Amino acid sequence: MFNKGLRNILLTPFLIWAGLFIFIPLIFIVWYGVTDYGGNFSLVNMGLIFKHGYLDALELSVALALISTIICLLLAYPLSLILTERQRDNTTIISLLFILPLWMNSLLSTMAWQTILESNGIINQILRLFSLPTMQMINTPGAIVLGMVYNFLPYMVLPLYISLAKIDHHILEAAQDLGANSWQTFWRVILPLSLPGAVSGITMVFIPALTTFVISALLGGGKLLLIGNIIEQEFTFQYDWHVGCALSVILMIFIVLNMLLTTAFDPLKEEEDF
Amino acid sequence: MNYIKKIYLAIIFLFLYAPIGVLIAQSFNASRYRGHWTGITLDWYTKLFNDDRIVNALSNTLSIGLLSAGIATILGLITCVAMKELSRKWRATFMSITNVPILNADIVTGISLMLLFMGLGLRLGYVSILLAHIVFNVPYVILCIMPQLMALDKSFYEAALDLGASPFKAFSSVVLPELRPSIFAGFLLAFTMSADDFIITHFTKGAGVDTLTTAIYAELKIGIHPEMYALSTLVFLFVLIFVVLFAINRRKLKKYEEVIS
Repeated sequence: MFNKGLRNILLTPFLIWAGLFIFIPLIFIVWYGVTDYGGNFSLVNMGLIFKHGYLDALELSVALALISTIICLLLAYPLSLILTERQRDNTTIISLLFILPLWMNSLLSTMAWQTILESNGIINQILRLFSLPTMQMINTPGAIVLGMVYNFLPYMVLPLYISLAKIDHHILEAAQDLGANSWQTFWRVILPLSLPGAVSGITMVFIPALTTFVISALLGGGKLLLIGNIIEQEFTFQYDWHVGCALSVILMIFIVLNMLLTTAFDPLKEEEDF
Repeated sequence: MNYIKKIYLAIIFLFLYAPIGVLIAQSFNASRYRGHWTGITLDWYTKLFNDDRIVNALSNTLSIGLLSAGIATILGLITCVAMKELSRKWRATFMSITNVPILNADIVTGISLMLLFMGLGLRLGYVSILLAHIVFNVPYVILCIMPQLMALDKSFYEAALDLGASPFKAFSSVVLPELRPSIFAGFLLAFTMSADDFIITHFTKGAGVDTLTTAIYAELKIGIHPEMYALSTLVFLFVLIFVVLFAINRRKLKKYEEVIS
């Protein structure tokens, strides 16, 4: 469109921006993570992950994040299929209604789940009304999973929905013309074509679920600590940046692993244009 | 089968809207305490705009949202235009750099920016929140604009140049109008992300400056002021009306197009 000089001038602001606000901050974290208070290289703080119950927190975080991601995928897939079907009938409003809850403040709606789940909450009051035994729901791992699914479901629905909506009508008709029944069409055509959407959905749910500290603080009652809670406390209560950063570096290792895994399983990655 | 689909939609719908219903109900609850119903009142709505703390937090949220989305849109647009001219390999490299703030965990982004600001000696406050919000908004803008820019036909721009337009004039009167929908979408997405962000704001804000989300978080332990419920109910209704009007408008447009063609 224009010459290389102009292109490079236009790229400069972003390069400076990315250097200053993306790379240098990450270097800061790694530097704090691998040094001690005197500024000498030391892996002591990284090694802390094996002590103090930190490992328990990390295991719990990985387990709950995995469960939430699987539940989100199982819930979102049929939902996106139904929504794309309806999209063809031109009912945009229904699709919009499923994105709308994103605009409610997520802290407040997570807190509303407290009101629903707590021992004197809405569900237990309904159970009492029918003289059924009440349930302990709040402050359990299940409540945290529910909060994660509630908060991150839209991030699974959106990419899935987009990749399903992109599938050409005619391909499905061709599959049927060639004698595939609806199950075969789904298994051999729709599912493989929607895989890229599922892959990006999995990343977009797994990483925030793995690193959250808000949902566990609200629905875990402060007793169930995730790795995010521990990092947050290091910065806001203990003021121990070195430990906080060391744990963040360990978190980043998990994020990179997740990204490598998902790109390895993304069959269409190479065909994407940018 | 259709029946099952409808029930499934209804269950998910209930799951998504149950807490929102609870919040709206609480905004009319006469009791200050959550889950304790004592009757209907409109008090919280009338008190809402007399509460300095809430008004301040709201104006911070709005101004940071608009400014960060605006600056991110300009920076994102310039970067997209330049990236279109890169070779495929370099473009892929650049795209993965721009995606880092989205793919990275919010808590890591927040902490790393806090360390940077403190290392630079910048006092944590309004400016640090604004900068942090621009950081995570730029990738959303680029994700919205880039696909449409890549699909754009260069020859219109070149035709404008051949007809004697300056590059700037050709860009602003040929390319920019074509990109308007995606620029608008990027801006809107960035504003939404900024207004709903808590974690990054939590780490990059200083004492005394609050956005709505951090003000709510500070109240979580002592009990939320019901004015907050009233405010979020109003915001939600505002967006609902906007979305419904938008959908109706689009439908009308579609019908209109069908009639014409």
